[in-house]
Amino acid sequence: MRALPAGEDALLIEVDSAEEVRSLHAALLRRRAAGTLAVREIVPAARTVLLDGLSDPGRWMSELTSPTEAPPPERTRPPVELPVRYDGPDLAAVAAHWKVSEREVARIHAGTEFTVAFCGFAPGFGYLTGLPARYDVPRRATPRTAVPAGAVALAGPYTGVYPRTSPGGWQLIGTTDALLWDHTRDPAALLSPGTRVRFVPTEDR
Amino acid sequence: MTDRALVVVRPGALTTVQDLGRPGYAHLGVPRSGALDPGAAALVNRLAGNPPDAAVLETTVNGCSLRARSAVTVAVGGAPCPVTVAGRPAPWGAPVVVPAGELLEVGAAVAGVRGYVAVRGGIAVEPVLGSRATDLLSGLGPAPLTEGTVLPLGRPTGPPARVEGAPQPGPPAELVLRVTPGPRADWFTARAVRDLATRAYRVSAASNRIGLRTEGPALERARDAELPSEGMVLGAVQVPPDGRPVVFLADHPTTGGYPVIAVVRASDLPAAAQAAPGTPVRFAPVGRW
Repeated sequence: MRALPAGEDALLIEVDSAEEVRSLHAALLRRRAAGTLAVREIVPAARTVLLDGLSDPGRWMSELTSPTEAPPPERTRPPVELPVRYDGPDLAAVAAHWKVSEREVARIHAGTEFTVAFCGFAPGFGYLTGLPARYDVPRRATPRTAVPAGAVALAGPYTGVYPRTSPGGWQLIGTTDALLWDHTRDPAALLSPGTRVRFVPTEDR
Repeated sequence: MTDRALVVVRPGALTTVQDLGRPGYAHLGVPRSGALDPGAAALVNRLAGNPPDAAVLETTVNGCSLRARSAVTVAVGGAPCPVTVAGRPAPWGAPVVVPAGELLEVGAAVAGVRGYVAVRGGIAVEPVLGSRATDLLSGLGPAPLTEGTVLPLGRPTGPPARVEGAPQPGPPAELVLRVTPGPRADWFTARAVRDLATRAYRVSAASNRIGLRTEGPALERARDAELPSEGMVLGAVQVPPDGRPVVFLADHPTTGGYPVIAVVRASDLPAAAQAAPGTPVRFAPVGRW
């Protein structure tokens, strides 16, 4: 674990795996809830957790990189279920990458339990991990200028769902009607770091 | 039809509603947003008798024109510019009354980029996640003003300041940005760090609320690997593949995959928001490099 400087009131903590990010993030959230860590933002990402709005980053530099407490207890809340139709325009390309049929892509994807590793790109966009590394896929060589809201997509080790229409280079494998982001709802984001997710196939049409 | 409101007659190049933004949601991918020159926004709020978190208008380069449905007190600040009310010159940087039905004209900036218009009572559009700020990256908050936009006003909470005019810092002739080391300074060659500290950069015309883009020598990477997405801070000096440093401003993405070589001190960012394209930029390393 390394603490990297990120300005006057921030610290970027780097670890070696997504697993470690998860337990570090959970430990930091517990500290904040317990009142022993005053910080404005705790932002997990692929291999790092950013602490932003920290009054004395220098003081935390050594303390936060000392071994953390025991791993967090398993979450008891059931996974968020997202209805999905595996009808994306890149389904065939992904099937070719995986060397399986399109139907099998759907079966594997819907059979996986995902966890939101982190959010970014757009409000409510979660980077979901859970697929084995052999199913990593590259981004599209040419990004689309408009990916529709609700598109279920793959890139690298991640699955994501576009919360609104936006440009994007991920491989589109399906569509969900779930509302990923609704600022009039509380919470606005359906997915936040640590949320477990399952995709549940619905009848096509 | 609400009476306490302003109607946009000329929206200008880009005029948005801004306040203190929506910090605290970066983990959901929500940028902080908020006024790019928070000091100027706070000052016009004070002049207009508003609390610091009241929403104001942020103009870009060429101001805007607004018609008052009822008599309102306003204050214009930030980038210096001519101000007229009902066609007659009015003071900049001071409370001004706009009578009912009359036009407030916020002219083109004579220096600087972003102007701020506070209206007594504050702009009372519906807040999103506790803020009325327009976030141009994620699209949260009200859309940029267009002709005919009606801006509802809140209830006044205090009297306007009793001043003739308030001193405001002028826009910089040269933008000096003090930088501490970024988390990925070691992804760059020693020469790149030296270049950043010693070479001349200029503000690029492609700058916006997301970032101050620069033109100048490309910074050389020591590592070609792809950086996994990581959290980004305000003031981060991110270096995209073209090598030209970009300084992240209020609407910056919460995570990013280009390495951050340095971080600009927060107190130097308002000047960055007022630096017009072409302004010379100097990065001044401070702290332990």
